[in-house]
Amino acid sequence: MGIEISKVTKKFGDTCALSEVDLELKEQGLYGLLGNNGAGKTTLFNVITNRLFPDSGSVCIDGESVADRDEVLGKIYMMGEENYYPEDMKVFKAFEKTGLFYPQFDLEKALELSRQFGLDTRKKITKLSTGYASIFRMILALCVNTPYLLLDEPVLGLDARHRDMFYKALIEKYAEAPCTIVISTHLIQEVAHIIGHAIVIRDGSIIKDAPAEELLKGCWSISGSKDKVEAFTRGMRVVKTSAIGGLSSVLVESADEISALPEGLEKQKATLQDYFIALMDKEEHKNEASCGN
Amino acid sequence: MIRYLNEERPIFLQIAEMLKDDIVSGAYPEDSQVPSITEFSVAFNINPATALKGVNILVEEGLLYKKRGLGMFVASGARQQLIGRRKEGFYRDYIQPMIREARRLEIGSGELMEMTERGIREHGDRNQ
Repeated sequence: MGIEISKVTKKFGDTCALSEVDLELKEQGLYGLLGNNGAGKTTLFNVITNRLFPDSGSVCIDGESVADRDEVLGKIYMMGEENYYPEDMKVFKAFEKTGLFYPQFDLEKALELSRQFGLDTRKKITKLSTGYASIFRMILALCVNTPYLLLDEPVLGLDARHRDMFYKALIEKYAEAPCTIVISTHLIQEVAHIIGHAIVIRDGSIIKDAPAEELLKGCWSISGSKDKVEAFTRGMRVVKTSAIGGLSSVLVESADEISALPEGLEKQKATLQDYFIALMDKEEHKNEASCGN
Repeated sequence: MIRYLNEERPIFLQIAEMLKDDIVSGAYPEDSQVPSITEFSVAFNINPATALKGVNILVEEGLLYKKRGLGMFVASGARQQLIGRRKEGFYRDYIQPMIREARRLEIGSGELMEMTERGIREHGDRNQ
């Protein structure tokens, strides 16, 4: 059935953190929630898990509102930055306790991942370094086995090797038992091929929501001498232009297949990262987002 | 064989190409098992649906077959089928352009044959 978010608006004072957000997260799917810092990713997750109440709009999980049913929240787990465990609790104990709240928690898997990542389960949670505190929360998230999983910047503070290990563990979990996973990140290229669906959020509004491959369909980077590029891309939807000397490179969204390319021009498939940055740049000069009222 | 994916072409096509290369090279002999969707997606950090799409190309072409509950296996005749198809491509991608270039350079057919034979000699003819 999935998660249905309809017309959710959330303000903090004068700041509009979420503006009439409509979103559907289907059962089974690996979603990327992509946005810059302050775009509203964490606020959206907090609203979905009922930690923040929206000013208007609603969130339903499998058809039931998250606002009035506690059982509904048992279906979803959010990995965020905070810790919800008593200060002096040890990692192993925290794993055991998690099993009490989430009956599907896989303790064996948690211990296996701890070994892989080198997390000492006898340590107190508060004594973990920033990186290992992230790893601890990430292992919990990968092992609770709820039908819905929200990962808020899961690789923050992790080094390259641990990030790679995390992505592999995530893919393995998803491939073996598909569920709904939403991963919020600003490290776009790292998740570009992992996510099946991309949601781009900017200033509290969803500006793109599409299967990852569809999003980049028809997105090309055309480069060559400035005049030729300009002549060729005239009439196309230009997302971003960059120039150096007499050379120019233009990111276009083209509905038609670009097949016949004039001599001297080159085309390259746009990457998710390029496209994302272009989208952010394009909107930069726009006025502050309004809440639509 | 582990190779790296690039951004030039859709990932599922690259996965399919890679598997075909490995069947041709003999890395996956006939009736041997190929990696699972999970193994492919974990190895290349890609969405399992993408890996499945790539592998399914080979299933549709009859190069792989499914054993229920066990996984995917290389079909018998898969290697020959691929080699046959690639020979067609070899003619189109190498022989035809070579002849066009030979004409431009005014290399006659006798001289072209000689050059070809010299090439074979210098690279060692593995089939002789």
